[in-house]
Amino acid sequence: MMIPSDDIQNKALVVEDLVLYFQLTHGIVQAVDHVSFALDKKRAVVVIGESGCGKTSMGRALTRLLPRNVNRYTGKVFIDGVETMSMDDETYRQQVRWVKISQVPQAAMNALNPVLKLKDQVMEPLLLHEKGVSQEEALERVHAVFDFVGVPDGFIERYPFELSGGMRQRVVIAMALITNPAVIVLDEPTSALDVLTQANIYNVLKRIKWEKGTSFVLITHDVATSSELADDVLVMYAGHMMEHSSAEAFFAEPLHPYARMLMAAVPKLYGEEELQFIPGKPPSLLNPPTGCRFADRCPFAMAKCQQEPPTFQLGDRLVKCWLYEKEADGIVTSPEALAGVSA
Amino acid sequence: MSEQQVQEAVYTPAEAQEQPLLSVRHLKIWYELKRFGFLHAGYVKAVDDVTFDLPRGEAIAVVGESGCGKSSLMKAILGLVHPHDGQILFEGKDIWEGGNTAMREYRMKVGYVQQDPYGALPPFMTIRRILEEPLILAGMKNKEERLQRIIRSLEEVKVTPPDDFLNKYPHMLSGGQQQRIVIARALIRDPKMLIADEPVSMLDASVRVEILKLLDEVQKERHLSVIYITHDLSTVRYFSERIFVMYAGKLIEKASTREILDNPKHPYTWALLNAISDPLAENAKKLRDIPPGEPPSLITPPPGCRFHPRCQKAIQGLCEVEVPPHFSVAADHEVACWLYREEA
Ligand SMILES: Nc1ncnc2c1ncn2[C@@H]1O[C@H](COP(=O)(O)OP(=O)(O)OP(=O)(O)O)[C@@H](O)[C@H]1O
Ligand SMILES: Nc1ncnc2c1ncn2[C@@H]1O[C@H](COP(=O)(O)OP(=O)(O)O)[C@@H](O)[C@H]1O
Ligand code: SF4
Ligand code: SF4
Ligand SMILES: [Mg+2]
Ligand SMILES: [Mg+2]
Repeated sequence: MMIPSDDIQNKALVVEDLVLYFQLTHGIVQAVDHVSFALDKKRAVVVIGESGCGKTSMGRALTRLLPRNVNRYTGKVFIDGVETMSMDDETYRQQVRWVKISQVPQAAMNALNPVLKLKDQVMEPLLLHEKGVSQEEALERVHAVFDFVGVPDGFIERYPFELSGGMRQRVVIAMALITNPAVIVLDEPTSALDVLTQANIYNVLKRIKWEKGTSFVLITHDVATSSELADDVLVMYAGHMMEHSSAEAFFAEPLHPYARMLMAAVPKLYGEEELQFIPGKPPSLLNPPTGCRFADRCPFAMAKCQQEPPTFQLGDRLVKCWLYEKEADGIVTSPEALAGVSA
Repeated sequence: MSEQQVQEAVYTPAEAQEQPLLSVRHLKIWYELKRFGFLHAGYVKAVDDVTFDLPRGEAIAVVGESGCGKSSLMKAILGLVHPHDGQILFEGKDIWEGGNTAMREYRMKVGYVQQDPYGALPPFMTIRRILEEPLILAGMKNKEERLQRIIRSLEEVKVTPPDDFLNKYPHMLSGGQQQRIVIARALIRDPKMLIADEPVSMLDASVRVEILKLLDEVQKERHLSVIYITHDLSTVRYFSERIFVMYAGKLIEKASTREILDNPKHPYTWALLNAISDPLAENAKKLRDIPPGEPPSLITPPPGCRFHPRCQKAIQGLCEVEVPPHFSVAADHEVACWLYREEA
């Protein structure tokens, strides 16, 4: 292997050149297009971008929850040190899903089984994946995990419809947590919830990260709220990763023109700046334009932008934009370069 | 503001200027709960004793969490549900006095932008048809006149060039364009008042800004009165001059937007403001201080102040017993909280 193996061992997640395309009768949807990044243990990366830019698809690619019309699914994904893309589905199901990575899909709280008691649903991944766990032990673990996410103990005997949205969201988080995976992928975990409930859920996620050492991939279009959990920020646009930076660096000064314009559209409670929007709309991912996919909306676009920019590395930041060609420390093409970028 | 007042004086009789466009007086919207379909089993008190005025040409926001009664309040103002008690006065007249004809006329003067843009437009109708329908209902007989009106309306909401869109169906439009059509439809009969229920909550950041700016422009241009309903305080300041905070069926604080942001008084308003994140890296480093629990049942709300079970400032022996009245704490700033009983 080309990457120093202890570098990978020490990461919760290393993603190299991940591609997920879907096949339609009239073309190919390039939903996730050559994405590479690394995530340390006990850290959260937030994946932000507009609707349809490929966030959910990236989550699906990481957790291998794929629709039937996959056209291409390639790249490497190391989860907790283990390469998973080369595994067959059965091995993946036994050794990776829930064990190393679990997911809370978009709108999961509305997808709980209505006729199963909560304890039985939350227990299921545990019984499936930890061989030799007894019923009593499993029940103990359900009590413990409910307590941790703040679901009252008595609720374990209840059915989903008896709970508020905020409580159901805690339950699906408990379910993702019960097997103690290294990584949890959360897709829009609070978008349907009220601000106070949202803030409470983020408190729970922070405590999981700090106390259990779990890493998170948080997928959301809500940039402001994402800052509650973010250690790293990954900006997606039309299937491409446009920027990857630490939260400190990103919220202080985004690099990519799209990221800057996106931040200028985020409402703030205080401060005097006018909100700005980005004229135009994202390109279709069905046969997308060549060159920089943001070019037709970018105020800095130049002749060169008709070629697709590589991902430039600036210190520990990654940015896919020609503006940074001169200052860049290098281009991220090889896995070695990537492994050095520890976010 | 003063310019607008001068403008208004041109076409409004002097005495009408004093009168708010809409007055809501001690409004109660209670939904009856039935057992076996006919036995009375109590009420959902979705709106409970709400009073406020909407001045002409002003945009106000009603802010509160889901289930607090915002949509019920709007449905009542649109005349879609009958109040259990209290009154809704439009230009000084109770909307329920005067029968069906009066109600129909009233509804012509009110535009409505509903919560979910994606479900709002009928999928099998062209944009032209969608915008034509309200005009036909309003009795506009001349087809050419209707078309001209539709074209002007598309231009107003910047879905241009109109010719490209007239024969399209909603699914061919982006989320932002669909929401512009919803707004065009709400405005096409020149309403005096616009009610917008979470008009941007389903939209992406950039599109949300587009729509907020559009609403703001239209409101100023047309000198419209607007009620903007949202759970998201962070968007309010870009659009509304005044905020009414709602909790569990009641308005608990009313003040100008600036005042609510700079000088909030009600413990629930503090919590709401505290729960909102500006995008800053330090947010991830600390837990947020949020009151525990969830909003109460509206069937058996807590006695006294409805926020008392979650309130860290609750005054024993008072807050859980007596409903706090609205105390006036500054010019144009009212708060329903016992903490201000002496200040007022
Ligand atoms: N099974 C599929 N077949 C074809 N195209 C698909 C499929 N799933 C997703 N897509 C397309 O891939 C693109 C990315 O979709 P994805 O769901 O990942 O977006 P997203 O960023 O999560 O959006 P949102 O914020 O709306 O959830 C979109 O253009 C979408 O229409
Ligand atoms: N038609 C109805 N019958 C019974 N209860 C209702 C009805 N409509 C709304 N409610 C209840 O009234 C309360 C307020 O609802 P709503 O006005 O929709 O709140 P919001 O718009 O603030 O989320 C909720 O508890 C809701 O379930
Ligand atoms: S590569 Fe060119 S078009 Fe793309 S974001 Fe950078 S400057 Fe703009
Ligand atoms: S009235 Fe009492 S319980 Fe209610 S908000 Fe004020 S201090 Fe808290
Ligand atoms: Mg998604
Ligand atoms: Mg509502």
